[in-house]
Amino acid sequence: MRTLEQTTQEVLELASKHFQVPAGSLAPDDDFFKKLGIDSLQSLEMLSRLENHFGIELPDYEVQGVSNFRALAERIQSRL
Amino acid sequence: MKSFTGRTLRWEWRKGVIELILDREPANEIGTVMLAELEQFVSASAALNSETSACIISSGRKPGFSAGADLRELYHSAISAGEKERLFGVRGFLERIHAVLNAIDAAPYVTIAAVHGVCFGGGLELALACDIIVADKMARFAFPELRLGLIPGFGGIPRLKRDLGNAFVRDLLLTGRSVNATRAQAVGLVAQVAAQGEALNVARSTAAQITKFDAAARAAAKKFIKPIPHEELRREIDLFCELFGRPAVMASLKKFVESTDAMPYLP
Repeated sequence: MRTLEQTTQEVLELASKHFQVPAGSLAPDDDFFKKLGIDSLQSLEMLSRLENHFGIELPDYEVQGVSNFRALAERIQSRL
Repeated sequence: MKSFTGRTLRWEWRKGVIELILDREPANEIGTVMLAELEQFVSASAALNSETSACIISSGRKPGFSAGADLRELYHSAISAGEKERLFGVRGFLERIHAVLNAIDAAPYVTIAAVHGVCFGGGLELALACDIIVADKMARFAFPELRLGLIPGFGGIPRLKRDLGNAFVRDLLLTGRSVNATRAQAVGLVAQVAAQGEALNVARSTAAQITKFDAAARAAAKKFIKPIPHEELRREIDLFCELFGRPAVMASLKKFVESTDAMPYLP
C-alpha cells in the first residue's frame, strides 16, 4: 500500500510528464490550474491518466474544487 | 456523391468504407449547422448502401469525439424566443436529430465510432447509435445532462438501456460522472480499447475485416440483434420537452454559458 507521500510524488511525476514541465518544478501545494495553465478538457486527460496509472476510478465530483496536488493525492489515496 | 466537405464535418467513401469526420471548433458541439450536415450525410450515404460495408465516425478535433449538444446555441436561441416558440424549436431539433441517429442506427452497413477525448452527452448519443465503439484509452464518457435539469435528449437513455445493464445506466445518468475507456469497456459500452492516438487506425482495421463478410448476412444479423427502441425514443422526446419548459433549465443553461469554472460540465 502506497503512503500519501508516495502517492503525492507519483501524481507530481505524472503531471510533470503529461504536461511536459521539468521534473521537480511542481510542488505538492501548487495550484495545478494556475501552475500548468490547464483547462477543463486537459484536466479530464489528467484524470484518465491518473486513473489508468493507479488502477482506480475517481469520479469527477470527488475532484471538483480540488486544485492542488496534495489534495488530489488525498482523493486518490482514499480509492486505493 | 462520394465525398463531402462542410462547415462542421466531412466524409468520403472509399473501397466500401465511409469515413465521416466531425470537425467543428472547439469540441464538435452539435448545433443546427452540424445537424443539417448530418442530415445531408444520412441522405447521401443511403444512396451508397449497396456498395458500403462499414462507416467510421471519428473526430478531427483534439479535445475529443464530441462534447455534446451546442448548449450556447441552445441557450441563445431559447432566450430570444417566447415559451411556446422555445419548446417548438427544441422539439423540432430533437425530431430531426432523432431521425438522423435512427438512420445511422439502422444503416445496413456496420457503423463504428472511433472515439478519443471527450464523448459527452449528445456526442455519446451519436456514438451509441453506432454498432461498435472503439475508444482511445484516454477517452471519457459521460451523460452530464442532469446538471442542467434535463435528461439526454438525442436517444441516449433508450440506446444505453438497450446495450447495457440498468445499474450502470443509473450510475452514469444519475451521478453525471465521466468514466474512462477501461471502465466503459468493462461494462460493455466500448468494444475495443486502442492505444493513445490509435482509435481511428483500430477502427479502420475493424472496418477492413467487416468488408470480407457477405452484405446480406451482415445486414440481417444487425437487424436481428439491434432493435431500435422507437417507443422509448418517442417518450424521451416528450420527457425532454416537459423538463425543458421549466424556468430552472434556462437558469442552468445561463450558468453554464457564463461559467468560467475549470469544470463547467459539472453541477
